[in-house]
Amino acid sequence: MIRRILPAVAGLLYAGAGFAADVSLLNVSYDPTRELYAEFNKAFAGAYQKESGKRIEIKQSHGGSGSQARSVIDGLQADVVTLALAYDIDAIAARGLLATDWQKRLSENASPYTSTIVFLVRKGNPKTIKDWDDLIKPGVAVITPNPKTSGGARWNYLAAWGFAQKKFGSADKAKQFVSDLYQHVPVLDTGARGATVTFVERGVGDVLLAWENEAFLAQREFGKDKFEIVAPPQSILAEPPLAVVDKVVDKKGTRAVAEAYLKYWYTKEGQEIAARNSYRPRDPEIAKKHENSFAKVELFTIDDAFGGWSKAQREHFSDGGVFDQIYKN
Amino acid sequence: MGLTLTWLSVIVLIPLAGLFLRTLELSPEQFWSILSSRRTLNALRISFGLAFAAACVNLVMGTIIVWALVRYRFPGRRLFDAIVDVPFALPTAVAGVALTALFAEKGWLGAPLAELGVKVAFTPIGIFVAMVFIGIPFVVRTVQPVLLDLDPEIEEAAACLGANRWHTIVRVILPSLTPALLTGLALAFARAVGEYGSVIFIAGNLPNVSEIAPLLIVIRLSEFRYADATAIAVVMLVVSFVIIFAVNRLQRWARSRIPAD
Amino acid sequence: MTMQLTHSVSLTPPADKARARASAAAAGIRTEPKLVRIAVITLAVLFLTVFVVLPLVVVFAQAFSKGIAAYLAALSEPEAQSAIRLTLLVAAISVGLNLLFGVIAAWAIAKFEFNGKTFLISLIDLPFSVSPVISGLVFVLLFGAQGYWGAWLREHDIQILFAVPGIVLATTFVTFPFVARALIPLMQEQGTQEEEAAISLGASGLQTFFRVTLPNIKWGVLYGVLLCNARAMGEFGAVSVVSGHIRGETNTMPLFVEILYNEYQFVAAFGIASLLAMLALVTLVIKAILERHLDEGQP
Repeated sequence: MIRRILPAVAGLLYAGAGFAADVSLLNVSYDPTRELYAEFNKAFAGAYQKESGKRIEIKQSHGGSGSQARSVIDGLQADVVTLALAYDIDAIAARGLLATDWQKRLSENASPYTSTIVFLVRKGNPKTIKDWDDLIKPGVAVITPNPKTSGGARWNYLAAWGFAQKKFGSADKAKQFVSDLYQHVPVLDTGARGATVTFVERGVGDVLLAWENEAFLAQREFGKDKFEIVAPPQSILAEPPLAVVDKVVDKKGTRAVAEAYLKYWYTKEGQEIAARNSYRPRDPEIAKKHENSFAKVELFTIDDAFGGWSKAQREHFSDGGVFDQIYKN
Repeated sequence: MGLTLTWLSVIVLIPLAGLFLRTLELSPEQFWSILSSRRTLNALRISFGLAFAAACVNLVMGTIIVWALVRYRFPGRRLFDAIVDVPFALPTAVAGVALTALFAEKGWLGAPLAELGVKVAFTPIGIFVAMVFIGIPFVVRTVQPVLLDLDPEIEEAAACLGANRWHTIVRVILPSLTPALLTGLALAFARAVGEYGSVIFIAGNLPNVSEIAPLLIVIRLSEFRYADATAIAVVMLVVSFVIIFAVNRLQRWARSRIPAD
Repeated sequence: MTMQLTHSVSLTPPADKARARASAAAAGIRTEPKLVRIAVITLAVLFLTVFVVLPLVVVFAQAFSKGIAAYLAALSEPEAQSAIRLTLLVAAISVGLNLLFGVIAAWAIAKFEFNGKTFLISLIDLPFSVSPVISGLVFVLLFGAQGYWGAWLREHDIQILFAVPGIVLATTFVTFPFVARALIPLMQEQGTQEEEAAISLGASGLQTFFRVTLPNIKWGVLYGVLLCNARAMGEFGAVSVVSGHIRGETNTMPLFVEILYNEYQFVAAFGIASLLAMLALVTLVIKAILERHLDEGQP
């Protein structure tokens, strides 16, 4: 045993010495950005090395946005957080890990790419799902993750609520609609990727409420002959924000590079990478170039429809909030 | 001795004490309301119910396997004897993805089963299959040495006294195997109740239908509902300890029943 | 020999097989009609094939489904390499710790009589039957920033959770019983006469341990280490709770299998899985060899 382990450990130390980068960052992100950051990190590392001559290694951790935020609060040493929604970063800020005005430190609400919520249905759209109110038709099973842990799930919920509020004109009716909707949800996965796996692989449900980029990815991976994307006439403008975690970067001395990393999103290259991975770019020029890749959806913002994240979070997702009232278990 | 206790405390006792302390922060009403919520009850029912069913299957099939391995000669016997331990040595995550691939609708076994209208993967049957898989070695490995050591003279005596073969097995052999069978059953059950890795891949993870208790703990933890997570964990922990303690008592009982030679 | 019921599976090697062969070949009185024999064998073989052989085969079939080049490419990814390195490191540390403790604990339990022995043994066994998820949870409760010692650890800048120490702790917890459990019955059986003789001849305690006790139990030690190692490398649930899932840093091989699986990279997922499956098979081969030695060593 010892003879078996010793070379392994020696090899480990040796290899560790060989691969060491000059700088290393940990990016704690949400679920569907795996492919996005794989490409972005490679591009940034190249650009950074060209400019500074230093080798950088960016480590990723992915999971449901809420649970990732909690891991950071619990002590996961993230240099940057790139989560699904502003509230999750607010929650980290509330524990004193970064400045509370973090969202003003970068332009565009600190969200260099945006997305929206669309429907992924099975081939031929057998349940003819076209708009939000089709989701509560009898016999339709809807897959969406758990709003307590997943950021995408909260966007899904708020998109449905926003639709109902506009269509039926009152908060009570919106609550009724969303409550009906969750009666059609057989499973709440903890993250958006888990929900996608449930829908595409486990074959559960008729429609997946998904990030636009996640829907495109599932279609790419499993083929257009199996799934169709349905864009509802209106949906929510999802703004996944980024921030540097002050406490961590100051301790590790990585502030400059962490800031450069996030700013890289605002370059043409960064915006191109976002568009290529089916995230909507902010840069008008790049957006124009890719406009045919994205469906025309009337988008409302969280500020317009809900008065901002902290209000929405408090009303809907806190303990005993609206979601707890309608989804009792 | 002191060292043993110290090390035991550091690695096992203190962490477990932390779990109980956390639970003590809850009022009895809170504790009860967590445990009696529909989702928790269902998760516990699914974990315990399916684990017991799987352990029973393992009891029957394990006995048959032991009998074949110990009493009969057939080609590949030694190979099959060795692979009984595979579920024990194979990492649970690997077992999970393998069983899922095997029993998914397009899998080697899933496809023919789907033709018969049986869906295994992502249903409670899938959980059951995974639990049967991980429980296989337990009954076999606890019963095997006892059957090997069984004194041949007892059987011969029974036969000479005119008992037919069936009677000999039921009245003479099975009773001597009982402590080992019970131990195997308890161990297989304990393992299946707590199993996580191999189950989550193949289970549908639908709340109230195919969500096991350990998964619910993980979900509550990521929802930051530590109280819920610890309450469920404490219940499972107590059950585990009771089982293990019972097994150890069972062994003493078995040892005292069979005189040393 | 006293009936030695193995407590936990495979933690104690099966009894002498040679004797079994003799007894099985005994008189025809002790067997069943041919039809029954064939039925029992068929059932046993069928069950093991469906539940054990096929899942193993599936792992390798999936791993090589896109050819050997794709398989090797998947394994040479830096993140895969780092998962392999981490798994080896964690296993080495926790096996080492449990080896040390296991020998001492088995010594204390086997050679001395005291009250509450069953209780103590049950405590040692506990990690064996506790859900792996709970094994991870207890460390989050202790070391998480919200946990009992979280604030103190943060003040002193010590990272346990979401880092290698946390993974090692969880793994050590889960593999806690293996070495001790393999040794207790062995040492109980050997009794204390040889040690007493050595001491009466003037040997010191340590000398006695290294010259007398250790040689007697060396195959049992290896046996426990082997099983401990297999479980340490394969642990999923407990590690999953404490890992933080940082790619290239805190992902062990089993965790990496799950991540790849969720990224639809099935060849890579089953590629890593096939390495772990091979580890399991190698473990079983070595186990068979050790059992032969253990059998020979028995009186």
